[in-house]
Amino acid sequence: MILSLLAAAAPAAAPANAFPYPTAENSPIVPLLYLVAGVLFIMALRGLSSPATSRAGNRYGMIGMTIAMVTTLLTHGLASLPEIAGAIAIGGGLGFVTARRIKMTDMPQLVAAFHSLVGFAAVLVGLAAYLNPIAFGIAGLDGIIEPQSRIEMGLGIAIGAITFSGSVIAFLKLNGNMSGAPIMLPGRHAINLGTLVAILGLVGYFTQDQAPWVIAVITALSFIIGFLLIIPIGGADMPVVVSMLNSYSGWAAAAMGFTLHNTAMIITGALVGSSGAILSYIMCKAMNRSFISVIAGGFGAAPEAAAGGGAKVQRPWKRGSAEDAAFLMKEAENVIIIPGYGMAVAQAQHVLREMGDLLKKEGVNVKYAIHPVAGRMPGHMNVLLAEANVPYDEVFELEDINGEFAQADVAFIIGANDVVNPAAKTDKSSPIYGMPVFDVDKAKTVMFIKRSMGGVGYAGVDNDVFYMDQTMMLLADAKKMVEDINKALAH
Amino acid sequence: MDFISILSVFVMACFVGYYVVWSVTPALHTPLMAVTNAISSVIVVGALVAGAAEGSVISKWLGLLAVVLASVNIFGGFAVTERMLAMYKKKEKK
Repeated sequence: MILSLLAAAAPAAAPANAFPYPTAENSPIVPLLYLVAGVLFIMALRGLSSPATSRAGNRYGMIGMTIAMVTTLLTHGLASLPEIAGAIAIGGGLGFVTARRIKMTDMPQLVAAFHSLVGFAAVLVGLAAYLNPIAFGIAGLDGIIEPQSRIEMGLGIAIGAITFSGSVIAFLKLNGNMSGAPIMLPGRHAINLGTLVAILGLVGYFTQDQAPWVIAVITALSFIIGFLLIIPIGGADMPVVVSMLNSYSGWAAAAMGFTLHNTAMIITGALVGSSGAILSYIMCKAMNRSFISVIAGGFGAAPEAAAGGGAKVQRPWKRGSAEDAAFLMKEAENVIIIPGYGMAVAQAQHVLREMGDLLKKEGVNVKYAIHPVAGRMPGHMNVLLAEANVPYDEVFELEDINGEFAQADVAFIIGANDVVNPAAKTDKSSPIYGMPVFDVDKAKTVMFIKRSMGGVGYAGVDNDVFYMDQTMMLLADAKKMVEDINKALAH
Repeated sequence: MDFISILSVFVMACFVGYYVVWSVTPALHTPLMAVTNAISSVIVVGALVAGAAEGSVISKWLGLLAVVLASVNIFGGFAVTERMLAMYKKKEKK
């Protein structure tokens, strides 16, 4: 019914307008539908407050997107329907197949790749609007673009381009095509600041002169700055970077929404922008680092940080076997498992769940503890555990479980390191000082799976947990070690 | 719509976003990123306008390319979110 109304409204409204294409203002029902789409997007995010309501939320999102797209097609697109349908089919098919096939451990890369596409799409839409402003209703028939629209367009293109090139670098780092180590250019802060100022200056100048070179230089500089901003940031800071780029992709959509006077885009842009900003904030807080210090980059690269503690003393540590670990955990009452990025790298989540199941059969109370920055994106570990069929009510956040280590018989650390380092609580000179960490030192026994004693965590600092009396080092590949523990448990 | 109305919508939506996102459980932060990715591709609206418009061939093709990219995101983003959310299960009561 609504659609027929819409279809009836659109052509009727067109002749009354000075522009050859109807704009959103032509029929009151059109902006109303975009508003409905925007509200559905809000409900999509609201659904994520609990796993129980989350799938319904996702459906709301899909309905919202369908409404927005159909509304646009009916009011603008009927003339070129075959080409547009083809474009949607190609892109949609690609996206759908990728989404089905992608491994859950590769989710951070996928999200980074998706961000880059939003960014690039924003640039293209901005350029298209620049080339054909009359179709977008932002210029008179003389083709002179309204100054306000020029600012919105310029900013939209700039943010989109930064999102694109930044996300491409984040993707390459996360996917391992590029080293995760920070790349530090001399004088990079001056270069970055200068480029940003130049972009803003050009956007200002664009209001006076809509010459093609201005928009071309804005686009080019923005691509470059996105690249420069992300290369000095190290691999384990990627949760912040991915969140930040998420935020940017939102602001790019919002800027385009201003250009097009489209409420669905503005609401979505604001939602996504806030979402990414909040996630960045949560990640920074969980590392006790300021957003600025993360963005400035270089963390984990400074060799002097590791050597800061003076001459390294060889301290004694105990090595355990899979059989020892299995025996101790069988006897335990409470076991808390702390997974980290190493678990994802080793693809050990499935064998880890089997271990949990075997222990539960022995009457052991098993819980999983997840640090906010575990993994390479917010919530990464939760998804991996969910993939391995770990019930989500056995998985706990840092502040909910940290009090329970005193009652835990075993803290089982698999692929995590900095998030259990007590130096964060005691050593003021440590680069991770102040970061909230798990109180594993309170557990009766600590089992620490690690490839070798040589490596250190991302922060490049030694971990006192290795040398505690109650610590048993399990030196092996995480998956191999858990498999061996499972064999021993099954006996 | 005049600029102030649009700005009002934007500012209000920022506040709504702030409260809604804080209410998202940390366990679902990865699906949150995937779904925000999908919905930020509402930028497809602009791409559709450009792709359908006459008047500039380049603009039309830029628009169509943007439709392809945004569609990857829309279909991929919603599908991968759906796939992840389907994995979150409660403890089976025995």
